Amino acid sequence: MKKDWKQKVDRWLAGDLDVMAHITDGAEVRDVPRQERKENARAAQERVLETAGAKRVISAERKGFYTMYNVIAVISCITLIGVLLFTVANLPRYGEENPRTVEVVSRYVEKGLEETGAVNIVSGMILDYRAFDTLGESHVLFTALLCVMILLRRDKKNEAMAPAGARALGTDAYYNIAKDPIMRTVGAFLLPSIFLYGIYILLNGQNSPGGGFSGGAVMGAGLIIFASAYGFGTVDRFFTERASRIITFVSLAFYSFAKGYVFFTGANGLDNHIPKGTPGAILSGGMILPLDIAVGMVVACTMYGFYSLFKRGSIGHD
Amino acid sequence: MTFTVIFRTILLVLLIVCAVVVNLTPNLLQAVVIFMSYSSIMCVIWLLMESPDLAITEAAVGAGVSGTLFLMTLKKIRAQDSGDDILASEEDGHADETPDTDGKKVDGE
Repeated sequence: MKKDWKQKVDRWLAGDLDVMAHITDGAEVRDVPRQERKENARAAQERVLETAGAKRVISAERKGFYTMYNVIAVISCITLIGVLLFTVANLPRYGEENPRTVEVVSRYVEKGLEETGAVNIVSGMILDYRAFDTLGESHVLFTALLCVMILLRRDKKNEAMAPAGARALGTDAYYNIAKDPIMRTVGAFLLPSIFLYGIYILLNGQNSPGGGFSGGAVMGAGLIIFASAYGFGTVDRFFTERASRIITFVSLAFYSFAKGYVFFTGANGLDNHIPKGTPGAILSGGMILPLDIAVGMVVACTMYGFYSLFKRGSIGHD
Repeated sequence: MTFTVIFRTILLVLLIVCAVVVNLTPNLLQAVVIFMSYSSIMCVIWLLMESPDLAITEAAVGAGVSGTLFLMTLKKIRAQDSGDDILASEEDGHADETPDTDGKKVDGE
């Protein structure tokens, strides 16, 4: 018995054994006509209920479970609502000074421009005072992309899950088809302004509302519209999995090293030799502009990577 | 009551309505659309609360990208067209009115 298990594990590690093989294949379901599927579903339901007394037992069990389930759900919902309302009631009113946090806030408001060089104090906060926080957020996004890749990446074993058209044409050819005339026409007008807007709010993060996350999200959404209007093949010409990997790695590494340098010099009371620039100019705010670009690149790669992995199971081949 | 207060109250009430209704909608496609409208309302509220950068992000991520991902997931798992769904809709007496998203293009903004 033990040997049998060991053999199985060995075969699984070697890739010969597919432990998920018994799970129903989604692609098969699609090809069955609607009427037949309806009959199959009804037959399955009847098979469960045909044993004498099974219906009564199942319904009693279900009833008990659902009663308990409803009671617990209502109780936990009411508790959660109560806790949240209690917390909100204790918050300071909108626009009023909060005596507990006023120390930090007044420091940010009074000295923010002088210390960070950013006219937009929010950017100065998230990319200078609290840059470590933003570094963690970028890594969370990157990890989320990796998890989606683990779950949804298409390889030889789950090739059968692809839609029938993709299996007939070959996946790359299938997803390159862009047949929607509305998307193409509207995309031709909208896409340049979307990308321009994304780049504008990315580069002006230190002067006006925006910055890495918003600019990256807008650019990622633009890439998604681009891919859905003109087919993945068009995006694959300049943005593949390799490009995504390089961009993400360089951005995260640059962010870590740049911020590490600033923190190291700051903690030891040294001058970091990064010019602050004229407040209001595009080259101002010290490290904020390059860090904004790094964060924006990671966010844009993640957004497009999610879409591409959800849709076709890869970010693009080289 | 100034115009701003009325406008804010309407938006907040709509926000709560959306948040409750998205849980009660049996049709998943409708739930996704309501979720996206929740994000759009939240985007206007962020703008009124003077945080335009959050409003931009909310519009792009909440109303755009995550809605797209939800719609694509619905398409992939064929939530609109499974066997259980057919039986359930038959019991309600409108078997053939189940929306069939298979042939439609549900992605895009």
